[in-house]
Amino acid sequence: MNAPRLTLGPLLFHWSAARRRDFYLRIADEAPVDTVYVGEVVCSKREPMVESVQDEVIARLRAAGKEVVLSTLALVTTPREVERIRERVAGELLLEANDVACIQLLAGRPHVVGPYVNVFNEGARDVVAGKGAVRIVLPVEMNATSLRVVAGSAGATQIEYQVFGRQPLSVAMRCYHARANNLTKDHCQIICGVDPEGLVAETIDGVEMLTVNGTQTLTRGNGVLLGELGLLRAAGVTHFRLSPQDLDMVAVATLYREVLDGRRGAEEAAGALRPLAGETPWINGFLHGRPGRQWVEPSPA
Amino acid sequence: MSSRYLELVCPAGTPAALRTAVDAGADTVYCGFRDCTNARNYPGLNFDFDELREGIGYAHARDCKVLVAINTFPRAGDEGPWHRAVDQAAAAGADAVILADLGVLDYATRRQPALRRHLSVQASAANAPSIRFYQEHFGVRRVVLPRVLAVDEVAELIAETGIETEVFAFGSVGPMSEGRCFLSSYLTGLSPTSEGACAPASHVSYVESGGRVLSSLGGVTLNSFARGEPAAYPTPCKGRYVTHGRASYLFEEPVGLNAISILPDLKRAGVTALKIEGRQRSRAYVAEVVGTFRRALDALGRGEAVAPAGALHGSTEGGKETRGAYQKGWR
Repeated sequence: MNAPRLTLGPLLFHWSAARRRDFYLRIADEAPVDTVYVGEVVCSKREPMVESVQDEVIARLRAAGKEVVLSTLALVTTPREVERIRERVAGELLLEANDVACIQLLAGRPHVVGPYVNVFNEGARDVVAGKGAVRIVLPVEMNATSLRVVAGSAGATQIEYQVFGRQPLSVAMRCYHARANNLTKDHCQIICGVDPEGLVAETIDGVEMLTVNGTQTLTRGNGVLLGELGLLRAAGVTHFRLSPQDLDMVAVATLYREVLDGRRGAEEAAGALRPLAGETPWINGFLHGRPGRQWVEPSPA
Repeated sequence: MSSRYLELVCPAGTPAALRTAVDAGADTVYCGFRDCTNARNYPGLNFDFDELREGIGYAHARDCKVLVAINTFPRAGDEGPWHRAVDQAAAAGADAVILADLGVLDYATRRQPALRRHLSVQASAANAPSIRFYQEHFGVRRVVLPRVLAVDEVAELIAETGIETEVFAFGSVGPMSEGRCFLSSYLTGLSPTSEGACAPASHVSYVESGGRVLSSLGGVTLNSFARGEPAAYPTPCKGRYVTHGRASYLFEEPVGLNAISILPDLKRAGVTALKIEGRQRSRAYVAEVVGTFRRALDALGRGEAVAPAGALHGSTEGGKETRGAYQKGWR
C-alpha cells in the first residue's frame, strides 16, 4: 500500500483576495499536505477575485513541493463558462473536472474527476477512468459499503474522499445567498463574501440544519472522519481530502497527517481537533449509511 | 409525425395512467420499472415486465411511443437490476430508454445498441460540451434539459449541438442541479440518486399543532402552514428555513412550473418535445394536464392562439404557477 496522500480541496467559500492569498501562502509554508486544489468551483461570478491572486498562490505552492490541481466549476451553463474551462484545458495544470463538460474538453488528457460528477459505482468509475481520469474524488454521499467496492477494485486509479469539512449537498442555478438577502443572482453584489463559512439556515423550530454558500448548499456540521481513516485506507482510498474551513487548517492538516502516518491515535487526535473546530457540530452519517447530518461514534480501529 | 408542433411526453406512473395519458392525446408516455432503477420509486407506482409489454402494446396500437426511465445511479456492487432493466426495456419493445448513469449508458450502448438512448435530467447536462460527451460516447439521441435554463440558453444549446431536446413544460420547479442533490439523504439516509425516491413517504410526517400543520422529513421540520394554505410536499428544497432570523422559502416557493404560455417560444428555440411531470399524480391529473396541452398544441399547430394559461391552476403544485428558469429574473 502506498503512503496515504493528504490533500486540501478547493476553497468553497468566497474569501477576499487578500485573505485567500494569506491562507494559501501559509498552507504552502506550513501544511503537511501533498496536494492542493485551487480554483473556483461554486460560482463564475467570483472568478475575477479568485484569479487575482491565483498565479502567485500556485507558484508558491509548487515551490513548496505541493502538487497543484486546478478545480473547475460544478455547474456550467453559459458559453463564457465553457470558454473559461477550455482555456484551462489548454494550460499545463492538472485539472479537477467537476462537470462532464470539462471531461469532454479534456479529450482524454489525464485529469482528476471531482466529487460533483456522479461516480457511484464501478461501471461509472471505469467509464471515467477510460476517458483519462487518474484520480476520482468520490461523492460525500457514498457509504462505506459502496466505497469498498469502488475503491477496492480501482486498480491504478487513485481514489480520493473528503474526510474533513462541511460536505457539499447540492449546486444550483439560483443563488440562495442572494435570495436570503433579498437579492437575485444577476444583481447579487457578491453577497456570499460576507460569510466566510457560509450562512447557516435553521429549521423553523430552531435547529441549525444547512449552510448556504452562494449557489451551493452544504451541511451545517463539519464532516469529521478521523476515526474512519483506517477503514477508508483499508477500503482502498489513496487520497484524503480536507475541505478548507475558517479555522486553523494547518493544525487540522497536521492532526490528520499524524493519524494517517500512525504517529497519533484517532481518539487523541479528535480530542485535539475539538477546540480547533469551535462550535460547529461534527457529522459522519453518510459514510455509515445513516442520514448525513448525524454523528455516529466511530468504533475503535 | 413531422407536422407535429411539439411532441407531448406524458407521465405514466401506472398501467391505468398510461392508458389515460394515451387516450388524452399523449404522443409519447414515459414510465419505469417497479424498483430502484427509476427516480420515482414510490409505493404503488410503476410497471413490471408484463405490464410494460402490455402498456407498450396499448400505446403502439394508438401511434403513441413509450420511453422507459432507468435514471437512477446503481449502487456499487449491485448494477444487476439496472442492466436487467435495460435488457427488459428492449425486450418489451420500448422506443427508448432514459438514462443518467455513466456505467448504465455504457452498458446500454454496448449491449443494446439498437435501443434508442435519451439522457435523463438526472444527468444534469446543461451545456454543449456535456451534451457532446453523451452524443459521442454513448450515441445519445435526445437530452432532457435541466430546469435551470432560460429559453435563449435552450436555443443556443440546440443550435450548437444539433441534439433533440425535451424540456419540462408542467410539474415542479427543480431549483437544484438534478441528480446531484444529497439533501434528502442528508435528512433521511436514503439516497434519491440510487434508491429513486426523494423525500420518501415513509419518512414524511404531518402533525397538527396549535391550529397549524407541521410537515417534516426524517424528523426534521420543513414547514408549518395553516390548513388550506398552499404548501408543497415536504422535499427539502421546498421547505421553509430561517436565515438572518427570518423564515422564508429559501430555495423555492410552493409553486408549480407551467410553460403553456411560452410554447411558441420553445418551438422557436428548436425544442423537440415537452415533458409533463407527474408519475406520482392521479389519473385525473394526467387526463386534465395532458388534455389541456393536447388542445393547446393542436391549436398552435393550426396557427391559432393558445388557450389561456389559467386553465390548469387546480393541478399545479401549491396551486400557484411560475415559468421557472425559462423567464429571466428567476435566478
